[in-house]
Order: sequence, then C-alpha cells, then structure tokens
Amino acid sequence: MRRHLLSSADLSRAETEAVLTTAESMHDVQTREVKKIPTLRGRTIINLFFEDSTRTRSSFEIAGKWMSADTINISGKGSSTSKGESLRDTVRTIDAMGVDALVMRHAASGAAHQVARWVRCSVVNAGDGTHEHPTQALLDAYTLRRQIGGEDRSLEGKHVAIVGDLTHSRVFRSNVITLARLGARVTAVAPPTLMPSGVGPWSKAEGFETSYDLDDVLSGSHGDVDAVMMLRVQRERMSGGYFPTPREYTVGYGLTRPRLERLLDARPDVAILHPGPMNRGLEIAADAADSASSLVLDQVSAGVAVRMAVLYHLLAGADETQPTSTTATTSTEVPA
Amino acid sequence: MSSTLVTGARPLGGEAADVLVRDGMIAAVGRVPAAERDGDTEVVDADGLVLLPGLVDLHTHLREPGREDAETVASGSAAAAVGGFTAVLAMANTSPVTDTAEAALRVLELGRSCGLVDVQPVGAVTKGIEGHELAELGLMARSRARVRVFSDDGHCVADARVMRRALEYVKAFGGVVSQHAQDPTLAGREACCDESELSGRLGLPGWPGIAEETIVSRDVMLARHTGSRVHVAHVSTAGTVEVVRWAKAQGIAVTAEVTPHHLLLTSDLLAGYDPVYKVNPPLRPAEDVEALRAALADGTIDAVATDHAPHARHDKEHAFVDAAFGMLGLETALPVVSEVMVRSGLLDWAGVARVMSSAPARIAGLDGHGQGLQVGSPANLVLVDPDRATTIDAAASVSLSRNNPYDGRTLTGAVVGTWLRGRRTASEGRPLLAEEAWA
Ligand SMILES: [Zn+2]
Repeated sequence: MRRHLLSSADLSRAETEAVLTTAESMHDVQTREVKKIPTLRGRTIINLFFEDSTRTRSSFEIAGKWMSADTINISGKGSSTSKGESLRDTVRTIDAMGVDALVMRHAASGAAHQVARWVRCSVVNAGDGTHEHPTQALLDAYTLRRQIGGEDRSLEGKHVAIVGDLTHSRVFRSNVITLARLGARVTAVAPPTLMPSGVGPWSKAEGFETSYDLDDVLSGSHGDVDAVMMLRVQRERMSGGYFPTPREYTVGYGLTRPRLERLLDARPDVAILHPGPMNRGLEIAADAADSASSLVLDQVSAGVAVRMAVLYHLLAGADETQPTSTTATTSTEVPA
Repeated sequence: MSSTLVTGARPLGGEAADVLVRDGMIAAVGRVPAAERDGDTEVVDADGLVLLPGLVDLHTHLREPGREDAETVASGSAAAAVGGFTAVLAMANTSPVTDTAEAALRVLELGRSCGLVDVQPVGAVTKGIEGHELAELGLMARSRARVRVFSDDGHCVADARVMRRALEYVKAFGGVVSQHAQDPTLAGREACCDESELSGRLGLPGWPGIAEETIVSRDVMLARHTGSRVHVAHVSTAGTVEVVRWAKAQGIAVTAEVTPHHLLLTSDLLAGYDPVYKVNPPLRPAEDVEALRAALADGTIDAVATDHAPHARHDKEHAFVDAAFGMLGLETALPVVSEVMVRSGLLDWAGVARVMSSAPARIAGLDGHGQGLQVGSPANLVLVDPDRATTIDAAASVSLSRNNPYDGRTLTGAVVGTWLRGRRTASEGRPLLAEEAWA
C-alpha cells in the first residue's frame, strides 16, 4: 500500500476495507494462547510519543510485539526536544539509526505530516494535536462493523452520532473521513462553541450533518441512530469559555441515564462508543459506560488488531508490488 | 567629488531621461549636455529601465541585538540594499528591546557603520513591549536617533488605556503609534492560521480576522479622541480595510500598511503545514487578498511594508504551532509588488513610488527619503528592470536566514541597482560594501 498513514484521507475505500479485513485475521491472533506471528521479524518500530498516552502507546507496542517486530518506546518528555532541539533534528536522528517505522504522537497538529517529509522510514500518525487520529477511526469502524454491520460487515447507510468537543477532537476529524469512506452517515452534535470553525462548508464537503440538539438527534430527527460516539470533554475547556459549567454541559450534551433509557427504548440495539479516557458523569453517565450497549472495551481490544493490520500493510506489504514469497509466507502466518 | 549619469531610464516609469547625480544629490534630470559630464563620471546605461526613489520600509526586523544568528544590522542592511531600499525602520522587539534612547542610538550607529541603508530605529511603546508601562518615548524622540515611530510589534498594545496614553503622549513630538492589531483574547499566542474552514480541518488554532478588526476599530476611535496619529501595521483582512476607509473618510489620522506576502500568498498554502508560510498575522483567503490589493491601489492602504522577519533554520523546523512566526521580505518586496500590482494594472510605477517610498517616508517622518526625482533631492535611487523574470532562489539571499516563502516562484520585475545619497549600495542582487563602492 503506501509508506505512511498520516490522515484517514490517505486510505481509499478499498484500502480502508483491506485494513479492516486484515484486522479480522489479526484479531484471531489475539485470542490464541501464543500471541506471536513472525510477520515483522527483524523490523524496528519506534513509538515516539511527545505527549502521554498510555492507551495508544501500549496498543501500538503490543501490536508490534505480537508481529515479532522490535518495538522501542521513546518519550518526548525528557528527550532532547526539551533542550530545544528542533523536531526535524530529533526525528532525523532516530531515522538515521535505520528504523522501519515511527509511530508518532505529538501535541501539535500536522506534526506527523511534517515529519514524513524529513525521514525515510514509514510514519504512522498516532494522534497529532487537534488534527487527526487515523488508527482510532479505523478501530472505531472495526468495532462498529462487527457490532452493527451485520453478516457482511457493512456500514453502508448506517447512522452514527458523534457528540462532544468537536473543535478539539482529532477522533472526530478522522472518524468523519473513515465513516464516510465506508458509506456511513454522521451527525455531529455539539454546542456552537465546540463546533470547528467553518464546519458548515466542511460538513457539506464531507457529507456529514451538524446539530446543536442532542435529544433531537437521538429521537431520530436526522434518521434512526445506529451508534452514538461520545467524545471526551476536557474540564479545562471551561476556562476557555466554551461552556458555562460542567453541569450545564452534561444536561445539554451528556449521555445521561434518562437519555440512555429513552434511546434504548427506541433503539435497543444501539451501539455506544467512547475513545476514552472517559469523564464519567460529565459526557457519559456510568450507566451508559457500563451498559450492555457500550463497546468501550471492544474498542480497546480492536485497537491492537487494527494497529497490527496497519503495521502489516505499511511494513510487510510495503516492498511488494505483486505477491512474492514474503507475502505468501505472511498470509499463511496470518490465520484466515 | 563623484558623479554618476544614468542614461535612458524612465523616471517613475515615464518618458526616458538622463539623471545626473553629483555629490550625492540629483543634479539634473532630462537631457544632460555632454559639458555637464566630468571626465570621471560613471555612466550607467539604463535604457528601458525604470528609475524610482529609493524604497523605504516601515517594518523591518533586524534581530540585532539578541539574535545575530538570524540577522544583523549589517546583513539586514545588505538585504535591504539588494531589495532597492535606502531606508528601513528597525522594529523594537529585539533582545533587549529598543525601549530607551541608548538602545535606539545603538541601532542607529550600527546602521551608520554599515552605510548601506539608513537604519531608523522604531521605539517600543511600552517597557519591554510588555504592554503595561510607557517606555521613554520622549527621550527616544529627542535623542539623536529622532525616533518618531513607536511600536510593540510582535505584540498588540491591547490595553485601551495604555494605547490612549501612548497616542496622547507622542503628540508632543509628532510621533505615531504603529499597532500590531491582534486582540490577544480573540487570537492568542498560539493562533497561527486564518480562522476558517481550513483551520477547522487542519486542527490549527484559529486567528480570526475579527481579532484584528476590533483593535483597529478601537484604535481609530482612540486616534479621533486624542487627535493623534495611528498607523495600522500589516493589514490582513477586508474588514480592516473597511474600517480604515471609514476612518479616513471621517478625517481621522490613520495610515495603514500591507505586506507583500499578504498581497500575493493565500491561506490555502498552509494545507501542508510548512512553517515557511507561518506568519503573523496569518495568510488570509483570496477574497481578503483581493481587497488588500484594491485598497492599496485606491490609497486606503498607504504603504507596502515588508515585515521582513528572518529566523534561523532551527527556529522554523518545529511542529507548525511551535515554529517561529515570520518570513523574509526585503529582497523580494519589489518583485512581488511588481507582479501583483503593476503587471495586473492596479498600479503604475509612479504608484509604486508612492506606496514603497514617499508614503512610508512621510508616515515615518524621515528626511531625505521618498522625495521623488527632483533636482536638489538626495540621490536615493533604485533602478528596476520591469520585464526581467527571476526565479527566486532562497539559497541566494544575502540575509542570514532562509525562510523565504517565494522560493522557486518566478516573479517579474527586478532590482538592478540601488544608490544611497549617490553612492551605489547594491548591484544585480549583490550588496556593495563601502570600500568597494568608493574604489
Ligand atoms: Zn507584527
């Protein structure tokens, strides 16, 4: 496929589906007693995290290790960046050691795009500021396909409500792209202050709708809702004046217990997602987080399979233009 | 005694004429009889070229003192001479800040010792450009540096009370406050992308035009209230143009400048997160660019100012939001203006002389610059080839920095030579040092 995964838009519909299909095979590895396949033996993957994220970092680390790659974690904190080294110098130094892939998390939007111009190795964007988080969108799509996609694992025509701080959400930006690629419909719900600027023309281009009224959306005004994805709202946003109080936010935009009950009455098979970590009681009530409809832990588990699939497509498949012995070997190694 | 005869040039783009320079002054314009020529008169064949008064930049960052790795007064002077400038106003946000008479004098002296361009210091409005207490405006004004332009550029004088006092105070010596209009509560320090659909998609902190427009609106009302002069630095939006147009119609003493990059480059260049396009205020969409061009053409915007902002490579090689703001501008200002204003028919060369020489000199209260091409004026001159197309090469710059957003672009209109008080300071893209010039 391609050398980098920087944006969800990098993957065509066919490529998106190929990754998700591979992830199904990888998921089976996860359930084995011995969780190790030799697919990426001899490959070196650096997890370069300039911003803490135990969840995403461990998920990539486990994915690499189960495919027999050497995975090394480098934290941006305490690295030379804090001594004023430029980002370019930092990544070129790592690249010069002959690594195969950089899995990169950075607090700045676009950092992965910039780094991809400076290095020879593959770059996987593991979250860049408020821009994108393409593997999160893939694992969300994977989870949704299994839960609401039916026999043929299809999201065509399915309706997903994404609710919360859309302005600062890289999960939102990647999800609208990936879900659109897979034929799903998205309604984005937030107070006007947490809608990204220019969302009007943008939503038109990407084919999603927006609403300020969560109850209206959940009641089916935009069409029956198959899934609700709640996004994390940072309490710090209050000091930015995005909303008056956490209480008011919860009343307006939280998946509260009464809202959950009304939703389940109308849509007993609705799927509830949250990328975590959750603010229980703020954007999602404990009852909703722990309900039978909640896929929060499925998302975490899918994360490893999807990241294995991404690394597989970028690294194992990278050199081949047509099926060769390597591809043949790996495909037998991945249980069908 | 030295003399130079420029033959066949078109002063201000008009009819071909000869221009005789003697002892640093323009001695004759028109047909210069052979008898007027000394034996050692240097003759410059300028057939078909355009002769303009030396350009004046209201807004240059020279980085000395403090960041001599990015630019020095000497290297910045060289870039200015190459770009056709004979005077530049050096912004105060150096380290330390130019907020005392001593600091201003030092910048003035550094400029004099280079001798390539008149370096006129800008004084800070507030101590340390922190926005709280007035700097020693009067001492700077009454020093040999004769500071007339005051600016906290890089920062906005956001406090209305401080801005009011500054405007009142500079009336005592005919000063002007040049405002970097950016309400910090609407566009914070991180804001680095026009707030729009683009910033929404890219996830970059937005810098809404309204953060500029509200400050400009406030400042023109303060200028009216105080009866003082305010100058709007680097106008970037159509909304600001409307405010300035209204204020001028009311007779308020407001002037405004636009940068070459805001006349040519658009915000969509940020899509690849290349920090070379990161500038403050940010690049704006094409509609704003159109409005800025029209406002410069009709005089609503008085002047072009480069906001030449050199940065060491490593200060730009960070993630976009962490990279330094600013781009080079001295060497490319005239080619950009030629391309977007002259070739499009919005301005003729006399108009370029107005917006790049006489208006900025008048705003800054600079003697000896921007006086046109009359006999008896100081021979501050720039010779331009209006038809020469040049592909910009960032590596060829005489600046110490390389943050040139035009790298690889072809622009038509080139500076051929520059003279400061009759002495040639640059020729064909190279600065001439004093010794060589007199040799
Ligand atoms: Zn400025």
